[in-house]
Amino acid sequence: MRGCLGLLFGLCVVTSAQATLDIEITGAGEHQTPISVVRFGGEERIAGQTISSVVSNDLLRTGLFKLIDPAGKAPHEPGEVRYVEWAGVEALVIGSVRALGDGRAEVRFRLLDAVRQTELIALAVTARSDQVRAIGHRIADLVYEKLTGSAGVFSTRIAYVNREGKQFRLVVADSDGYGEQTLLSLNEPIMSPAWSPDGKQIAYVSFERGHATVFVQSLATQKRTVLADFSGSNSAPAWSPDGKQLAIVLTRDGSSQLYLVGADGKDLRRITFSETIDTEPAFSPDGKTLLFTSDRGGKAQIYRVAAEGGYAERLTFEGGNNFSPRFSPDGKSFVYSQFSGGTFYIAVQDFESKQVQILTPGGWEKKPSFAPNGKLILFATESQGRGILATVSSDGRVKQKMVAQRGDIREPIWGPFLKQ
Amino acid sequence: MKKLILGLVLANLLVACASEPIEEETQAPTAATEPAATEPAAAPAETATAAPAPEATEAAAPVVEAAAMPTETSVHFPFDVDAVQAEDRATVQALGKYLSENRASKVRLEGNADERGSSEYNLALGQRRANNVKKLLVLSGATESQVTTVSYGEEKPRATGHDEASWAENRRVDFVAK
Repeated sequence: MRGCLGLLFGLCVVTSAQATLDIEITGAGEHQTPISVVRFGGEERIAGQTISSVVSNDLLRTGLFKLIDPAGKAPHEPGEVRYVEWAGVEALVIGSVRALGDGRAEVRFRLLDAVRQTELIALAVTARSDQVRAIGHRIADLVYEKLTGSAGVFSTRIAYVNREGKQFRLVVADSDGYGEQTLLSLNEPIMSPAWSPDGKQIAYVSFERGHATVFVQSLATQKRTVLADFSGSNSAPAWSPDGKQLAIVLTRDGSSQLYLVGADGKDLRRITFSETIDTEPAFSPDGKTLLFTSDRGGKAQIYRVAAEGGYAERLTFEGGNNFSPRFSPDGKSFVYSQFSGGTFYIAVQDFESKQVQILTPGGWEKKPSFAPNGKLILFATESQGRGILATVSSDGRVKQKMVAQRGDIREPIWGPFLKQ
Repeated sequence: MKKLILGLVLANLLVACASEPIEEETQAPTAATEPAATEPAAAPAETATAAPAPEATEAAAPVVEAAAMPTETSVHFPFDVDAVQAEDRATVQALGKYLSENRASKVRLEGNADERGSSEYNLALGQRRANNVKKLLVLSGATESQVTTVSYGEEKPRATGHDEASWAENRRVDFVAK
């Protein structure tokens, strides 16, 4: 069986080819599938990367696969595979690239079960020849989904703030940190980027008006609009799952409180009524409840309230202070940053069992968010005095640090699945 | 073009009477965007990086009677605390009295926090610190309209170390004469 999928890359990505990252992976999944990704026939190296190298690196970073060197073997078609030569390999990725002459290329790839000697996926993808990374990520997504049963997130994007001296840049990048695109550059702070559920807009906080103001910016057109600019601080935007409204935090009535506002900036409603700090709202996947951070009990802890307001239930009791809650995509748990004994840790807590699991060794670890498949958590940490991106698998087994060349990375957030 | 020249003349005048540098860098989002959707940032000179407070006080001197402006221009806070500390109350009250006697004078309170917390929590904390100073100023004779507040949270640290000395320096509210 042979499917054909034409990938449409509508977003024109301004890629800085020199943005190399130093990626360090530690730990491994409980079971690692031995897999071999063979160099694709006719593939070109663009900006130091090939389709097969992008696929290999994506799979490697999950910690769920053991990459086996093809050791010189280079089959590109199933007929060229001699399975007896691939003992110890469970899965095999092969493929080839054919230039179509109009700046586009057809990429054919196959995922083979080397044990049962069967074909698991056969697909042809047509795309612009220089979209090496996008094609590689898409193939890695398909391989990952076939072999693990979970959707891959290699084609998704992340957003973060890069701070360099007084300059703040709002950046979106591929989920592996490559392919940076700067959406906004200011000599004033930028905070708290938040993806719209369709991945087409980002809400964030900017100080360009002299105080914290919430903006919404389209990725496709770059058009920006002001969502909230009341006196005091306007901050912490979080989209509802249907994209029709946002939870925000305003201090116009005194201390920071949660409000809901329509995506058009209208219909403002106050949700919390405390005399204390209520901030960092996050919608549940069903849109019915909000998690937030509050110091109403004396120290910063995580609370849950119905989206229309009402009684707020305290959820965290361990550690000193707890910040920045976000739901898992299945809504069964939440991740947050725990400040305890002078150190920040990334923690997850199960709603039903109330069990807390600390996932990281501790450091300057802030602003965690789940990948849309729930398997990985992205957060900001520090390495050698610089802010960097890091991920940890949701079981805590596999950790990854991504060190960019320049600046301090802050406030990361993982974007949603994009409709193909 | 005329506007630009006028602007330059004004800038020169300002430089002449106040030695505060005019910062232009706060303008202009550099995003590759059409200039449409947002208005340019208001009053870049004001939004510029918090100038060290003593200079700001001097800069405002021509507007009001300089000699009377209290010289102490920051108050500090313990970790995760937003209440004005006992040792700072006299400072704040003196400024409140000054404002009550100089109704044309205005002050902006800039709240800051150290980096131990989330950025959003610290933005909220810096706002509460500034709000609490404002309350005490108003109790001490200032009117609401003489005092504005802003929080920079942990975004504009004066000291950048991960140590108590840096954190202590960053947990403060600056008084900036407007």
